[in-house]
Amino acid sequence: MSVKNASGAPATLPSTKGATPSPLWAWINKRLPVDQFIQDQLIGYYAPKNFNIWYFFGSIALVVLALQLLTGIFLTMFYKVGETTSFDSVEYIMREVNYGWLIRYLHSTGASAFFIVVYLHMFRAFLYGSYRKPRELLWLFGMAVYLALMAEAFMGYVLPWGNMSFWGAQVIVNLFGTIPGIGPGLVEWIRGDYGIADATLNRFFALHVVALPLGLLLLVVLHLVALRTTGSNNPDGIEIKEKLGPDGKPLDGIPFHPYYTVKDVVGIGIFFVLLAIVVFFVPTLGGLFLESPNFEVANPLSTPEHIAPVWYFTPFYAILRAVPDQRWGALLMLLAVVSFLFVPWLDRSPVKSMRYRGPLSRIALALFALSFVALGYLGLQPAEGLYVVLARIFAAIYFAFFWLMPFYSKFDPVKPVPERVVYHAH
Amino acid sequence: MADNAVVADGDVDLSRRKFLTRATIATGAVGAAFVAVPFIESWAPSERARAQGAPTELDLSKLDAGQMATTVWRKSPIYVVRRTADMVARIAGHDGELKDPNSEKSEQPPYAKNPIRARSDEYLVLVGTCTHLGCLPKQRFSAGELYPSWPGGFFCPCHGSRFDLAGRVFEGSPASLNLRVPPYSYPKPHTLLIGVDEKGAA
Amino acid sequence: MRTELRRVWQGTALVAAALLAAGALAETSGAAAEEASKTGADWKSWHANTDVTDLPSVQRGARNFRNYCLGCHSLKYERWSRLGSDLAIPEKLLETDLIPPGDKPTQYIMTTMPAADAETWFGKVPPDLSLMARARGRDYLYQFLTTFYVDPARPTGANNLRLPTTAMPHVLSELEGLKAAVFRDVAKPGEGGAVGHEQVFDHFEPLAQGRLSPAEYQAFVRDTVNFLDYVGEPTQAARRSLGVWVVLFLLVFTWLAWLVKREYWKDVH
Repeated sequence: MSVKNASGAPATLPSTKGATPSPLWAWINKRLPVDQFIQDQLIGYYAPKNFNIWYFFGSIALVVLALQLLTGIFLTMFYKVGETTSFDSVEYIMREVNYGWLIRYLHSTGASAFFIVVYLHMFRAFLYGSYRKPRELLWLFGMAVYLALMAEAFMGYVLPWGNMSFWGAQVIVNLFGTIPGIGPGLVEWIRGDYGIADATLNRFFALHVVALPLGLLLLVVLHLVALRTTGSNNPDGIEIKEKLGPDGKPLDGIPFHPYYTVKDVVGIGIFFVLLAIVVFFVPTLGGLFLESPNFEVANPLSTPEHIAPVWYFTPFYAILRAVPDQRWGALLMLLAVVSFLFVPWLDRSPVKSMRYRGPLSRIALALFALSFVALGYLGLQPAEGLYVVLARIFAAIYFAFFWLMPFYSKFDPVKPVPERVVYHAH
Repeated sequence: MADNAVVADGDVDLSRRKFLTRATIATGAVGAAFVAVPFIESWAPSERARAQGAPTELDLSKLDAGQMATTVWRKSPIYVVRRTADMVARIAGHDGELKDPNSEKSEQPPYAKNPIRARSDEYLVLVGTCTHLGCLPKQRFSAGELYPSWPGGFFCPCHGSRFDLAGRVFEGSPASLNLRVPPYSYPKPHTLLIGVDEKGAA
Repeated sequence: MRTELRRVWQGTALVAAALLAAGALAETSGAAAEEASKTGADWKSWHANTDVTDLPSVQRGARNFRNYCLGCHSLKYERWSRLGSDLAIPEKLLETDLIPPGDKPTQYIMTTMPAADAETWFGKVPPDLSLMARARGRDYLYQFLTTFYVDPARPTGANNLRLPTTAMPHVLSELEGLKAAVFRDVAKPGEGGAVGHEQVFDHFEPLAQGRLSPAEYQAFVRDTVNFLDYVGEPTQAARRSLGVWVVLFLLVFTWLAWLVKREYWKDVH
């Protein structure tokens, strides 16, 4: 066990059994296993001691989810859904509801923050092989959360009923029309009308406020249970459960509470500082978080100069536009998202963590990250000239990362993986 | 690599640990309280509600003697009665039948804490909401209209509360307080402004 | 009203055309960088340079809006009373100088021009300007108000570089004066190898002086854009000032949390 105090004795860990429990606490615990939960899931759950900065983003994502739920509920108290009322009600919130502007900016910034955090969280998995056996299901649930989040964000963006809300919805819903046979009928069914209209807005509202949040919560719970089942991976890719101490706890593990609860609070604090800087000083972030055309009401007769989705969708949007054919473009965009699902089985490397992999895997991952960011930038630009050429090149790199992985991961030379995790006191 | 954990260098200062933890939790609690403020404040009437709750003006020249006009202020009905001399006379003489004849417990501005419950005999301004459970009382201004000794006033159809021509509640009514008087003033002759008086805008 | 307006603009256009013809005969001076900015060749790089925390400027902008814009444009999300309190305008002054007679302070700032008539006269309803600064940006608004030029081909006798074929007349011409736009012919590769031509803006030619000097007019426009910036987001001042405290508090909290973390992690080896 790696937690000891000055005299060499095991460090005093917080224990709920130590002091005499109050009668109320005892009454509750006879009826609901609160104490047992804290003991088993927080104090008794050992996580690898070598977590680094890449391991903050899971707990931060949970905090952002809570923030979105809280601010979202309050927005729903003042927002009036309807093609003639939505836009005005958002301005009502911004100008006339006490602190409405703050609740709105927290929600809009929170949405972008959610994706920044989730992308970094996912990148960690690629760095350390966190999707590998036995964590494939954990990865799949995470991907399901990501997909649900994309749907949630897309629908949320339509709700202000600005001109970009309208045209963004128009473009994305039209994509479903590329499905052979059922396409056009499907599009009309999704819209509930012959064009994006009040019917579409209303159903997106119901999905965004009720259905998808419930789904997201369920998926997040499943994601956490799957994590608890296998235990967390770590930057060295070593399974800490393979080396247990005499107390049955992993030698390289430390109790989640208090060590990681305390550490995560710092990460959350830093996150809030950054969030506050954006919310209070640059809430639109130059049009990236709140797009300018959306300050004009939806106009079916006037398309914005550049229709672009919000930044977190632009990598996929760039891939869509890189293909000159609408149907194949949509298919390739779908494949770009779906490719993530196969990663646990595409990766043939004998080691999990990038630390012990060879140059091929490292270059591949670096190129993938680069192409993701590049595609993101290109998705914001008009689809013409050099931008299209670059989008095609980076799209090729993007797909090569996934579909050449069985080859380069298998033949990449690896370094010997240590027996115990690498840890430097901090 | 050493097998198990190494002894810590330096003592574990448990009191420092406790102090720091408590200081951080306390700061966090203060932060949480501040975070609660915008959400709680958002429920308070918005600027739109406050604008709609702005003072209401009424042109009194259109109101005949003995008549009642109804208007709205802050989402409540406001009764404005132009009392005749006879109606004013019927305010007196039944103090013993009233629950709060001197308006000690009821709600009204200082200038309405009198038997006529108004600035002047002629106009009565009341919030037309029964002080029992909120129904709108009906006008029954004629003497004897409800029963032989009825001096005139208001009758609430919901549960039978009765009020006189100054809005004061009768014994035997489920309501306990006199009908409320809102702040009001006369900025110009024949003009009533509900919601503004000496203290400024309500 | 419609024919009257039309005659005014046709008259202006005639005068302008005459001046233009006269001016075309005169020689232009040699080109220098300062000349380029005076004559407007660099108009796309003109910045509003407004500071929404400059309260007197925003107040002047409110006055400008009342006098020159409210005739056609509304600010339907802003109340007069809100304007008064945010811009520290005394209630009396608000009622006598700003609020149109008959309107109450709690009302939203609406134009008196009927939308249907406006559509007939201008072909388009003058848009509400509450969010224009957020939708198009301050530089756009500044450039729009400073690149009107005389154009006899337009129904209003005026055109605009920032928004070509705008339906808006050159309302501020009495302040800015009149100017003509000189275009030059530029060869443009067309389709199938053919060479097309397009008219590219070259520079402005001043035609008539307005009541304000160029510097005064730019300040006028700057104040007006500043005001529109404020109207776009009236809570922005509160947002920034609250933000300072929030960030400071969060920094203190995070520092404390970090001390706690460091303390506990002494245990870990």
